[in-house]
Amino acid sequence: MKEYLWLIVALPFVGSLVLAVAGGKISRLASAITGVGTVTLSAVLSIFIGLDFLNNNGTPFNQTLWQWIDVAGLSPNIAFHLDSVSMTFIFVITFVGALIHLYSAEFMWRDEGFVRFFAFMNLFIGFMLILVLADNFLFMYLGWEGVGLCSFLLIGFWYKDPLNGHAARKAFIVTRVGDTAMAIGLFILFMTYHTLNIQDILANAPNTWAVGSGIAMTTAFLLLGGALGKSAQLPLQTWLPDAMAAPSPVSALIHAATMVTAGVYLIARTHVLFELAPVVQTVIAVIGAVTLLVAGLSALNQHDIKKVLAYSTISQIGYMFLALGVGAWSASVFHFMIHAFFKALLFLGAGAVIWAMRDEHNMFKMGGLWKKMPIVFWTFLIGASSLAALPLITAGFYSKDKILWLAYASDKGSGWLWLAGLTGAFITALYTFRMVFLTFFGKENAEPTKHPGMMMTIPLVVLAVLSLVGGFIELPENMGHVNLFSDFIEKTLPITSIANMGHTTEFIFQLMSAVVAIGGVLLAYQLYFNKTFPAAVPKRSPLQQFFFEGWGFDWMYNTLIVIPIVFLSTIDKKDFLDYFYQGLASLAKQLNSILSASQNGKVRWYAMILVLGAIITLTLILYP
Amino acid sequence: MNILFDIASVLAISATLMMIISKNAVHALLYLIASLLAVSVIFFILGAPFAAALEVIIYAGAIMVLFVFVIMMLNVSSTEQKMEHELLKPKAWIGPSIISAILLGELVYMLASPTSHSMLIQEVLPRAVGKLMFSKYILVVDLAAFLLVAGIIGAYHLGQRKKISHHRYLKNENQTS
Amino acid sequence: MNIPMEQGILLAAILFCLGLTGLLVRRNVIFMLMSVEVMLNAAGLAFIVGGAAQGNADGQVMFIFILAMTAAEVSVGLALIIRMFKEFKSLDIDKASTMRG
Repeated sequence: MKEYLWLIVALPFVGSLVLAVAGGKISRLASAITGVGTVTLSAVLSIFIGLDFLNNNGTPFNQTLWQWIDVAGLSPNIAFHLDSVSMTFIFVITFVGALIHLYSAEFMWRDEGFVRFFAFMNLFIGFMLILVLADNFLFMYLGWEGVGLCSFLLIGFWYKDPLNGHAARKAFIVTRVGDTAMAIGLFILFMTYHTLNIQDILANAPNTWAVGSGIAMTTAFLLLGGALGKSAQLPLQTWLPDAMAAPSPVSALIHAATMVTAGVYLIARTHVLFELAPVVQTVIAVIGAVTLLVAGLSALNQHDIKKVLAYSTISQIGYMFLALGVGAWSASVFHFMIHAFFKALLFLGAGAVIWAMRDEHNMFKMGGLWKKMPIVFWTFLIGASSLAALPLITAGFYSKDKILWLAYASDKGSGWLWLAGLTGAFITALYTFRMVFLTFFGKENAEPTKHPGMMMTIPLVVLAVLSLVGGFIELPENMGHVNLFSDFIEKTLPITSIANMGHTTEFIFQLMSAVVAIGGVLLAYQLYFNKTFPAAVPKRSPLQQFFFEGWGFDWMYNTLIVIPIVFLSTIDKKDFLDYFYQGLASLAKQLNSILSASQNGKVRWYAMILVLGAIITLTLILYP
Repeated sequence: MNILFDIASVLAISATLMMIISKNAVHALLYLIASLLAVSVIFFILGAPFAAALEVIIYAGAIMVLFVFVIMMLNVSSTEQKMEHELLKPKAWIGPSIISAILLGELVYMLASPTSHSMLIQEVLPRAVGKLMFSKYILVVDLAAFLLVAGIIGAYHLGQRKKISHHRYLKNENQTS
Repeated sequence: MNIPMEQGILLAAILFCLGLTGLLVRRNVIFMLMSVEVMLNAAGLAFIVGGAAQGNADGQVMFIFILAMTAAEVSVGLALIIRMFKEFKSLDIDKASTMRG
């Protein structure tokens, strides 16, 4: 079964190609079946291959298709490397992806760009699978750039509105900054190891670079730059809230479940390099902690439901980075999987609400929907509970709690990191249930005009179930000690080393996180449940406005970078370098007009030119 | 023989000179025929009777007659003659004469060499010409045949009158030109 | 009976240049064609002289080919002149200068 690994990657590309070429000519139903079917087949295949993989005790599997490049010692192959980390990732990508594709078949049914949408989505799934399955860095970079491209295409999907194009360009350019850093890091890696094969580099790294050496730190920093760009962490997080201009399924797939976790994947994959540069690993943890607080406070002050979820994504990925920074590798991947489930669910649910309310995004203009859209409400509530990490019943609790515990207990962790995470958990619970209460409870400001059908509700239900039970494969030591997931991941990633803290401490910490989560919910209840608010954008105090605008990062980048570059390009509008080339062109034109005067159509003139030519030729022959 | 050669060459040159100066088309044609006949005499002197015969028969006989036909058909009359008179002012001759003179000078320069090759004239019979033509130069004969066929077809096609179209909407175009 | 070859070639050169002058000066297209005939004839003369100098028939063969070519050219050329006359109503070659630029 494992030989069909390449098929998982090939199917979405085939689907995209078919839709790009023939999509306009086949019926809408056929395009939907193509678009959804390929990803569903990939999902089914990945489940089968996963079972096969588990039966083989999770030994890594390599499949080389062909040699891509062979020049001057650089010889990457088109090859896939399947181990437990990539297995997890492809399961999430294809499974959640298939559900989102099914959802978007109904969501985008009336849209005129239906075929284009599915072509791009399939292309995205294909590239993301390449990213996580690649066995060398160049191939991974191909997937990296490919998902960036698809993100651009899908954010600017409704291209007729220039704001969407602006958001798409912003996403692409900001992630480009990170991509450039990553590319330089890859250059250094190639220069040192003369290969780009990931496993080879990871095996050779401890022997080549000393722990804490300058070059290891530089490479790790550069790779971290790439990860920060793609995962929307500080300081490159400004693009994600604007990317909410995309249709909701896109936000669910790309900007919640998969693409933004590419940075997490990169760091997890190259963990050896980060372990060789402990400073950088600490920086990762600090960035994660700071980001989750900054994003959480921003989410608290949004009125657009999708922006709340966007900042929430930034915040949750901050948790994953925090986990990576303290060496809690399997906890980070676990949180990635659970987050994919509930964040996709929340985005799909928000999309259903927006779709039903005829493109209304402002939460303050919604309300009272719990009676009108019951299935959406219950699934959304489950997703929100998982996000807020309500204790014991939700999967989010187990994953987030593990991170919080390891942020304290790991030998690279510290109390400050734990405190930041705990505060973040409180803020998370607060803004999540603010969102729930404002959207679904309270006075009804508008009536939903249409109700989602089966294709939209089935994914919601499936994801809701997963958000509840997904956590039960990894229970903490004092609650049943189920280690299924971490055993699986620790075949590839190192085991987190814990300064032995004992079960009592762990129980106290769990209790504190439970209390914090419930406390956040209660505070949200107090402030927002069934309270009346004016059905408009709320008035904000200056501090709230500062949080609303994403802590001024947009303003800072605009002033420091955008305005000078735009200014420089306006003063160089008639590019002085162009004068040279235009001069060449006008010189050619002038020569042409001079010489074409010699073609005046008169036969005698031509005859004379002939004779003159003969004379000149004879002269040249005779004289020298 | 040398005298004969010189006389014939002077004749040829002067006939050609008169031809290019003349204003009347038919006169010019007759001068040209005279020049051709003089060149034919030169061919005889040089021992090429076949070429001489051909020169008279084909060149002076067929080609010039073609010219005569066309001149008659196009009615190059006295009005044309007057026009030619206006066009051919003496100062129009200066430029082309200079150019031709330069070319002639260069050709003469090439020919001028201290040793003179004198030719021992022997007569080359038509039989020898025919033998050579159909053995060594057979391909060129075929090519010349192609050329002549092409010339025939081209001349026929170009000489056609355009058909008068009796189509209701096309009647005013396509009249005989 | 010795005739220096140079004289023959010289004659051919003079005839050629005379024809060239006629070609460049005249505007009536029939005169131009006649001048071209003169030039071709001069070339044929040069070939005959060369052939006689070598004593074989090659010069005459080449002359025959030149003759054939001239015949074809004249027939097509005259047909074109007839068409030109019908088109431009005049035999002035400068009238037919629309292919310029």
